Amino acid sequence: MTDLSQTGAIAGAVVPPGPPRPGLRARRRRTLLLLRIVVLAVLGAFFLFPLLALLEFSTRGVGEDSPRTLDAWGRIVTDSTLIPAIVSSLQLAVITSVVAMVLMVPTMIWVRLRLPRVSRVVEFLCLLPLTIPAVVLVVGLVPIYAWVRYLTRTDSILTLSYAYVVLVLPFVYRSLDNGLSAIDVRTLAEAARSLGADWFTVITRVVIPNMAQAVLNAALLCVALVMGEFTIASLYNYVNLQVAIAQAGLADANMSMAVSLASLMFAFVLLLGLSFVGRWRRRHGKAAA
Amino acid sequence: MSSVTGQRSGVEVRLEELRRTYGAVTALDGLDLTLHPGELVALLGPSGCGKTTALRLLAGLEDADGGRVVVAGLDVTRVPTNKRDMGMVFQAYSLFPHMTARQNVEFGLRLRKQDGARRKKRAEEMLELVGLTAQIDRYAHQMSGGQQQRVALARALAIQPTVLLLDEPLSALDAKVRAQLRDEIRRVQLGVGITTLFVTHDQEEALAIADRVGVMRAGRLEQLGPPTEVYAHPQTPFVAEFVGLNNKLAATVDDGEAEVLGQRIPLVDKSFRPGAAMALIRPEAVKVLSEDADEGVVATVLASSFLGAISRLTLDVGGAGHVIAQLSTADALEHPAGSAVRVRVRPDPVLVTPVD
Amino acid sequence: MLPFFAYVGIFLIIPTLVVVIAAFLDGANRPTLANVSELAEPYIAKTFWNSIWVSAVSAVIGAVLGALLAYVVATGDPDGLVRTTVSSASGVLAQFGGVTLAFAFIASVGPAGLLTTWILGAEAAPTWLLSLKGLVLVYTYFQIPLMVLVFLPALDGIRPQWREATETLGGTAWDYWRHVAVPILTAPFLGALLLLFANAFSAYATAAALITQGAPIAPLQIRTAFSSEVLLGRENIGKALALGMVIVVAIVMTLNSMLQKRSSRWLR
Repeated sequence: MTDLSQTGAIAGAVVPPGPPRPGLRARRRRTLLLLRIVVLAVLGAFFLFPLLALLEFSTRGVGEDSPRTLDAWGRIVTDSTLIPAIVSSLQLAVITSVVAMVLMVPTMIWVRLRLPRVSRVVEFLCLLPLTIPAVVLVVGLVPIYAWVRYLTRTDSILTLSYAYVVLVLPFVYRSLDNGLSAIDVRTLAEAARSLGADWFTVITRVVIPNMAQAVLNAALLCVALVMGEFTIASLYNYVNLQVAIAQAGLADANMSMAVSLASLMFAFVLLLGLSFVGRWRRRHGKAAA
Repeated sequence: MSSVTGQRSGVEVRLEELRRTYGAVTALDGLDLTLHPGELVALLGPSGCGKTTALRLLAGLEDADGGRVVVAGLDVTRVPTNKRDMGMVFQAYSLFPHMTARQNVEFGLRLRKQDGARRKKRAEEMLELVGLTAQIDRYAHQMSGGQQQRVALARALAIQPTVLLLDEPLSALDAKVRAQLRDEIRRVQLGVGITTLFVTHDQEEALAIADRVGVMRAGRLEQLGPPTEVYAHPQTPFVAEFVGLNNKLAATVDDGEAEVLGQRIPLVDKSFRPGAAMALIRPEAVKVLSEDADEGVVATVLASSFLGAISRLTLDVGGAGHVIAQLSTADALEHPAGSAVRVRVRPDPVLVTPVD
Repeated sequence: MLPFFAYVGIFLIIPTLVVVIAAFLDGANRPTLANVSELAEPYIAKTFWNSIWVSAVSAVIGAVLGALLAYVVATGDPDGLVRTTVSSASGVLAQFGGVTLAFAFIASVGPAGLLTTWILGAEAAPTWLLSLKGLVLVYTYFQIPLMVLVFLPALDGIRPQWREATETLGGTAWDYWRHVAVPILTAPFLGALLLLFANAFSAYATAAALITQGAPIAPLQIRTAFSSEVLLGRENIGKALALGMVIVVAIVMTLNSMLQKRSSRWLR
């Protein structure tokens, strides 16, 4: 290894005088910049292309060389199976979110505050759906659903929300868990209790307002997930948004492309908006943490 | 002791006219500093003063926008970090987490392709030097902050560098560990005889271990000298205020002297414009006398802080406000809170600043 | 607490148990190994193998490209536009529903797709997209974002001091990567790779939307079994298939969490 105290032993150590060259650091930074540009450009193109293709396909006119048209997009609103499917999906999304929140928020707060030993079990159960593919769940839910149909005497598509809640569990768990970790729940709860609040007040008026971001996050994830769900609905022969799109694909290709792009844009705007809100809050200071 | 550890004696390091800017911000504005062979120079200053930048330029971790770095007579300004042969201890987190203490210390030697047996021996020597033989096969996350820094020191010295660089190595540690480790570092540095640059924002640390202290502000050196001199004879108000405690007392400047607390004291800077000013006076320069003494102004003792061998009295001196005096505890006990005393200032040359 | 456990119990645990147990029951609910042994049938074994192949290849490609993208993001401004956009885009694209993704690719490289007509003229290999290789390409579209989501935290855990310390000790960039960065990142990378594999293996919707006839991969076999279960009287073959899938995924996820335990300490 070079040893500077042995004078003159290393040619590389003595650089000839002259106008200062951009230093090693600057050069390294430029290489990195080049890499960044290349990677982002190539992958950006890869990811944007199919979306552009959707746009292109959905605006094709009938027959060769006919001009671009937004007819297909117009047909989204008039199609008879699509609108009900969209409505069903939205309803499912809302129901699932609400049920998931009502189920998970109190549970997680309670576990954190009062039953820390159970948290490992809860965590395991919540992350289990990640290990069990939706297809498998479908198979296993057959008898359960037969039971549910018998009990509630309805065959409505909305019964799917029971299964959907299970599907969203891992994401809701992770989001709420992050939110709870970011605030010091225990201290807040103890402070509230020492001021005389009962547990219900603690949860609703102290903890939840402080994890509003996490709850919102989780709810929006639920919505995105439910809107995009296909597996369970199709295997049980219900028609939700995705199933409708798939069916429409056989009949009216252009329109199905259009609605695919639309639903994707919707999810994208939803989640992008969420992270920009997060960024805005970070830049302008968050409420008590 | 230097021959035992096999280190060579220190080399001279010169920073000449070093300049570094980040966009609109000038971090270093023409820094000139020479480190004599084997000496430990502490760079002291508030955050943003450029002390860390100076260290990193010396290490080669940043490029200089102007000036030179000369080590042992060789211009290394354009030499990349990994060829500069300098050992560096960072503020925190610098140990490789996937390696034991031993492997961390051996790392530099491994890069130099030393064979296993020599590496092993050297690593053990270095870890013994810093007192960590028992931790030799532990990982970073199994050690305390102080222990981690000792390993970092051993790792830096294992390669027998020509210069040792320490970037606020104690700032992330507890107060007690800090004091202990700072003496350890000095002991090792003296034993090995290596030229060392130590950066810190803690003036107590700098004064305690350095051969010379350089106080920096806004990219420039305000004063450079032995700790006793920087403390006792600060050349600028900034240095006076940054190093040690100060009283700021209302004073009137007139004809190269300041009138404060009824006394006339010569100024350090005789060209200071006449008029109202604030005099900077150290607590130990304030003499507390009994009420019936024949000199000094009258004052009342407001509070007394017991600090072990010394105590500090907070005094109310009427128009001049509050003054803090430092004296031995034995003397302080003669003037409990509430008692009346007389206060006098030592007639050494004093620094003044404009009234803000 | 009770509501939570009750709900999860009914809708998650029991179905799982149903799958596991029923796989070993025949039409009359008597224990049998017949269903499981059906899994060894050549054509079913082939579908499992196809699934593994598609999952593995898409996982590897996704892992490598995703790690590269994550590296680019990690070395940039933490609050910058690049990072925010890539992070949220990854969040969305990783969830990209099967149907819409399938259609996007049909629009791109399908028979009448944008790329196909540009490059190859009006008529081109119409079924390439439906082959296993086509499936790999489509899967990569959500594997890469998933990799970014999972691997980025690991990259964030790499401290700049490690690089600087290596340099002051005399190491080159190669030394750093070889002795420090790669050893530290290996476990998280492999863990992420396994996650990607499990993700692809479990995926149903995309393949179902693309491949409307036939069942070259395991999840689609379940689709066949589902719709033909009653007809052909092989009552529980679907459950055996499901069991097979669960086992594969469970093994992969267990390996993943073992790797996670090892590496998380170093990157805190």
